[in-house]
Amino acid sequence: MKRSGEPLIRVAKKTELSGGRLALFSLLGLCIAIFVGGLFILTLGKNPFAVYQSIFMGAFRSPLAFQGTIKIAIPLLISSLAITLAFKMKFWNIGAEGQIIMGGIFASYFALFHDGLPHFLLLLIMLIAGMIGGGLWGLIPAFFKSRFGTNETLFTLMLNYIALYLIKYLTEGPWRDPASSGFPKIATFTANAQLDKILGIHAGWVIALILVVFVFVYLKYTKQGYEITVVGESENTARYAGMNVSKIVMRTMFLSGAICGIAGMTQASGAAYTLSEGIAGGVGFTAIIVAWLSRLNPFLAVIFTLFLSVLQKGSSVMQSAFGLSTYVSDVLEGIILFVILGVDFFTQYKLIFRGAQKHD
Amino acid sequence: MINFLFAAIKAGTPLLFGTTGEIITEKTGNLNLGVEGMMFLGAFAGFFIGHHTGSVVLALLASFILGALGALIYAFLTVTLKANQTVSGLALTIFGAGFANFFGQIMIAAAEDGVPKLPETFMNRLAEKPIPVLGSIPYIGKLFFSHNILVYVGIIVALICWFYMKKTRAGLTMRSVGENPGAADAAGINVTLVKYMNILLGGGICGMGGAYISLVNGGGVWNNNCVNGQGWIAVALVIFANWSPAKALLGSLVFGAFSVLQFYAPKDIIAIPNAFYVMLPYLITAIVLVFSSIKKSKEHSQPAGCSINYFREER
Repeated sequence: MKRSGEPLIRVAKKTELSGGRLALFSLLGLCIAIFVGGLFILTLGKNPFAVYQSIFMGAFRSPLAFQGTIKIAIPLLISSLAITLAFKMKFWNIGAEGQIIMGGIFASYFALFHDGLPHFLLLLIMLIAGMIGGGLWGLIPAFFKSRFGTNETLFTLMLNYIALYLIKYLTEGPWRDPASSGFPKIATFTANAQLDKILGIHAGWVIALILVVFVFVYLKYTKQGYEITVVGESENTARYAGMNVSKIVMRTMFLSGAICGIAGMTQASGAAYTLSEGIAGGVGFTAIIVAWLSRLNPFLAVIFTLFLSVLQKGSSVMQSAFGLSTYVSDVLEGIILFVILGVDFFTQYKLIFRGAQKHD
Repeated sequence: MINFLFAAIKAGTPLLFGTTGEIITEKTGNLNLGVEGMMFLGAFAGFFIGHHTGSVVLALLASFILGALGALIYAFLTVTLKANQTVSGLALTIFGAGFANFFGQIMIAAAEDGVPKLPETFMNRLAEKPIPVLGSIPYIGKLFFSHNILVYVGIIVALICWFYMKKTRAGLTMRSVGENPGAADAAGINVTLVKYMNILLGGGICGMGGAYISLVNGGGVWNNNCVNGQGWIAVALVIFANWSPAKALLGSLVFGAFSVLQFYAPKDIIAIPNAFYVMLPYLITAIVLVFSSIKKSKEHSQPAGCSINYFREER
């Protein structure tokens, strides 16, 4: 039969792949991304192998550098878990940045004004305060989304800026450290309000690993986790099944914000020992990349967090070694994300060439 | 007051470019959250070419092209490969910002005193000067006819886009693709081509907005991170403007006013800390988002097919 009308290449839907195959595609995408990133480095006239090697060495060259890498990884992993929860529900929360900040603000209040409390009690209160702060900041867009259908992407984004300028206000106004003359800043926390170190790195990494297990179990084995998945797949299905969609959305976003709040608390009391405008520093956005790369799988999130942390930490040596600024890691992150998004296509669709036999 | 409104128009122009570009993109059915990234790309391209050639026209053209190239990546991912639009847009923002800062840093390293500057003749061409005759009308002349040339370019681009969308056949085709790609496809419209063309056009216009930031707001000097969230405000302004480039003119003026309010507000009467003035545009955007979602006007609102990828075999 002559089929002149048929196009050269046709696109058709594939049957869904298993989790293992999907993870494989992620890793394959990562390899392609590293290759494309290498081409980018090559066009700059540098040797990609040398650059990648020095990024890797830069992240692991000394115990101090390794600790630095983990320090970058802690808030990134925690917030990517928070985003995983929201994205699973197809709630496009890009407000992790603001939720981290609010967690930091709430936790810092106790560190600054109630540091007379017993050490562990104080840290516990700071942790809970951070969770409430971040949680409330996540709840606001969830409330308006479920009530009025307000676009959550833009709303969470605006809340990022509002939180950021709230810190600016606190720094220049009521929380300004009177002891520091000149540039306004908030006082350094007393030792009592600083997060303890475990194996040389602040305890945030233990919290992060606990959260990995928590989020995995929560999504996979609890009723609430199941509800999140159903709402994410189809709100109508959830409604037909008698689920209270707006309650689920609000509960999940409170939880997502609260987890970001934990990141804010550990950043303030474990890494910076103070509250500053740089507390989140773009982590909330990088965390989106991690969550997406790991296909919303908490364990894969650990791997991709480490990968991006090595990239960020290692790129800090780029300036001296190759004359490339640390922004190179931003460019590479963008390229990686592009490639992964592109590779996704082949997990869902297949190409059928003209004249190919039907084999389904 | 005249000075305040004058500054508001000036500050609102990059938002006008960004909003107009994003309206075109969304009307064709794609929510591109990469406006910030495309503005960064345009900001860098405009400055780089302006820095090296001294030509305003070439600088604008370069910013349009690089913005459109950024949009091309997005279009390829979302239209051809059917990737998630939200995440693709975010990726473009991260990439664009990184790209501009990365090459900006190289420009900084290459400049003699570490400060890449635009040539003086270039800055003179962008200087604010009254249009002959019209500029000498009291008040109105100062307010409307004494701007730098890019302000007029922005207004003209917005008006042309309005005309294109509402009055031309191509605009109608584009809107039909945004509303119902399936029906447009059945009517013999090449959905993929229409989407590509309009996403690229929108991206180019966003890029020009970035050029405004680096060429005019920067005062002739390159700053890393110069776009600083204005792309995101533009995305929000689309909702405020109800997907109409004509209303975007008003919207960007209002938001421009908020962003310069801190320099013109009578401080002795209203004493609020500076941080809140800076916060205002974002706060207002959030409030506008909520109110427009409560109101949910049917007319002119977001195209029905927006943010849903079109796959022919899934109708």
